[in-house]
Amino acid sequence: MADFDTPVLKEYPIIPLIKKGSMAHSKPYVAKPDIQAGVGFPGELVDNWQEVGVKKLGELVSGSRALQVFLDTCVKCGACTDKCHYYLGTSDPLNMPVARQDLLRSVYRRYYTFAGKFFPKLVGAKDFTKDVLDKWYSYFHQCSQCRRCSVFCPYGIDTAEVSMAAREILDTVGVGQKYCNEILGKVHKIGNNLGLPKPALVDTMEGLEEDIKDETGIDVRVPVDQKGADVLLITPSADFFAEPHIDGLIGYAKVFHQAGISWTVSSYASEAANFSMFIGSNENLLKTATRIRDAAYDLGVKRIVVGECGHAWRVAYSFWNTLFKDMDFLDKKYPMPSHICEVTHDLIQRGALKINKEANDHRRITFHDSCNVARGSRMGNIPGGQFIIPREVIKACANNFYDMAPETIHENTFCCGGGGGLLTDDLMELRVKGALPRMEALKQVVDEYDVNTFVAICAICKTQFAKTLPYYKFDMDMITSLHQIVGDSLELGTND
Amino acid sequence: MSLSVIYAILFYFATLLFIVGVARKIVIYARTPAPLKIPTMPAPLTKKGVAWRLTKEVVVFRSLFNANKWIWLFGWLFHVGLLLVLLRHLRYVTEPVWTWVVLIQPFGKYAAFAMLIGLFGLWARRFLVDRIRYISSPSDHLMLMLLIAIGLSGLGMTYIDHTDIVSLKAYVLGLMYFDIQPLPSNLYLITHLTLVVILMIIFPISKLIHAPGLFFSPTRNQVDNSRDVRHTAGWTAK
Ligand code: HEM
Ligand code: HEM
Ligand code: SF4
Ligand code: SF4
Repeated sequence: MADFDTPVLKEYPIIPLIKKGSMAHSKPYVAKPDIQAGVGFPGELVDNWQEVGVKKLGELVSGSRALQVFLDTCVKCGACTDKCHYYLGTSDPLNMPVARQDLLRSVYRRYYTFAGKFFPKLVGAKDFTKDVLDKWYSYFHQCSQCRRCSVFCPYGIDTAEVSMAAREILDTVGVGQKYCNEILGKVHKIGNNLGLPKPALVDTMEGLEEDIKDETGIDVRVPVDQKGADVLLITPSADFFAEPHIDGLIGYAKVFHQAGISWTVSSYASEAANFSMFIGSNENLLKTATRIRDAAYDLGVKRIVVGECGHAWRVAYSFWNTLFKDMDFLDKKYPMPSHICEVTHDLIQRGALKINKEANDHRRITFHDSCNVARGSRMGNIPGGQFIIPREVIKACANNFYDMAPETIHENTFCCGGGGGLLTDDLMELRVKGALPRMEALKQVVDEYDVNTFVAICAICKTQFAKTLPYYKFDMDMITSLHQIVGDSLELGTND
Repeated sequence: MSLSVIYAILFYFATLLFIVGVARKIVIYARTPAPLKIPTMPAPLTKKGVAWRLTKEVVVFRSLFNANKWIWLFGWLFHVGLLLVLLRHLRYVTEPVWTWVVLIQPFGKYAAFAMLIGLFGLWARRFLVDRIRYISSPSDHLMLMLLIAIGLSGLGMTYIDHTDIVSLKAYVLGLMYFDIQPLPSNLYLITHLTLVVILMIIFPISKLIHAPGLFFSPTRNQVDNSRDVRHTAGWTAK
């Protein structure tokens, strides 16, 4: 692993001066041919890659109003330059959102605009050279597609869309990222990111039932492939085994148990994550989402509930209705899909859960708004419900809650630093540095309110923080699933 | 060929390029599909809400205000100044001059200064702030220089060397009826008009297209109703 210094947490965040090339060495491992084949892309850089890439760029732009508008309208005002956590953490100017976009925009201008064809120097247009391609590979894998820049841009330019397009072009010319593409291949083959086959899944779930029984003395079911259940739970596969994710899963099970809702997970679609969004691949996006629709249909469920996962909830909330060919078999009474926090919130409102808030009194809690939930989706029926509902749930289950600084939460939230397909050990330096703004905000509430519990509702956030908290001298056990807070406060057995 | 005819031709040519160019861009934006729902959340739940969101972006530059107060201040001064200046210019093309155009004349005079202060502020940032220096291309500097030069040459007419407004107006109105009148000769005016012609020509092929572009930005103009209404377009409609 590369050597690097963990940034120092400062009293007040400051905007760093640029340090050219300071992250030029950061690159994730390139996918081998067999991995590329699994997601339908060429195994290595194709001979006429320049031609293929430029052509693909043209197709993508003419198929996406977002790209078309974003590439044309940026006025280089600079409003976004200090908004990206990767810039704040690394000082590399190419991590400023507009500079990242310009890596692609300069090529677009060169081949598709009048000014770029005839006056390239004047407008900063560039030929699509190998050097440019390498820069793309490096810096479009330093964007977690968190959309923070799009909040502040006067035209809503979303660098996430640009980096998705860039990764799609990279894949098309044969240079894919190992981490994302390997994982997607497993989803297509087996049904989840881990490649966990059905027997292993069933085993894990049985183990979980035993754990809950040992802890509470109650038989709480964690069913797999149960036909005719009301709810199909689609949750990130990290929930099945990773810490602290699994405690969240136990929380969901307890909620369903106490509310008397019959539910199941599916072994065919045992994954909420859809990494296709990260690599900007429409075919893979559709294919991965369709698995879930088919599982719901085959199991005959009435509704689909999505577990704690950021980009998965964005895909579910914003894209499923577009991607699923038909969903008429689902019960129209419920929002399609529902977030587990919406379900729990609704049950709390209706008094269907027995809660003992004191059970969480040892915790002093803050909440991290996951970027894709905050800026890519909603919960409930008012704008901003995605900020209100998780907090309401926490406050209903615990007494000590403290928000971080307003400029770092809600739609202004900072990404954990590991989103967008970057949650891989070969990008550890980037992940640690990208976590800086969030760590600074966390330090404030730790110093001021003795916060000891850092709650998230995203599998990527949880893994990323479990790994990066120690770099900043925080206890890695601070990171906690929201539904662990819920689960710990439920008085099971009292209304059976 | 007299100057009057040369400038008449230039203006027709620039107007044609401007109108066709902007219309073409708008048609492209309108026709290009937005296959997925990608509003930057939290987003309005209704079309009316979206109209309000866009109005705030256009009138007070809301996102920019939240992002950076200096850019907002200079940017807003410049645009409001520009708007007033352009409205004030309507007196050259309307006969009789519309009452409200007459009423805003006094403000218009200060507007030119607001516009220039804004432009100089924005330009200064391109030198002083290292991040913005890094992202600026020559064209970004030239664009600001162009607008500043237009403003200064205009002010030159207002304060230093008045031009013959009556015959200028006759010339402009004449252009509109394809009846070319003599163009008053004044160095400031000739400079002013030359630069305006350049501005009109580059408008559709440069970042100036941000003006119409803003209205088509999917992150700003989409309604947050993906669970209730099935949205399909482009590849998702196939
Ligand atoms: C619907 C109308 C318009 C809107 C909403 C709008 C909005 C904006 C915003 C938000 C910015 C970024 C902040 C700034 O740097 O000022 C900007 C920049 C700019 N606008 Fe506009 N604009 C509009 C029309 C125009 C027109 C008609 C022109 C010129 C003829 C223009 C010229 C510019 C220029 C040159 C910049 C870049 C300034 C710089 O270099 O920093 N805009 N515009
Ligand atoms: C056909 C186009 C135009 C014509 C014929 C024209 C003509 C003039 C004239 C005659 C003046 C002097 C006003 C006076 O003495 O009181 C003037 C001033 C000015 N013009 Fe223009 N202009 C044109 C377009 C523009 C454009 C597109 C801009 C801005 C981008 C602009 C910006 C100004 C400014 C800032 C002043 C000085 C302040 C003022 O008197 O309003 N002009 N223009
Ligand atoms: S989407 Fe997030 S990570 Fe990517 S450039 Fe914008 S702020 Fe940075
Ligand atoms: S805020 Fe938007 S318009 Fe301004 S530089 Fe960044 S991407 Fe370009």
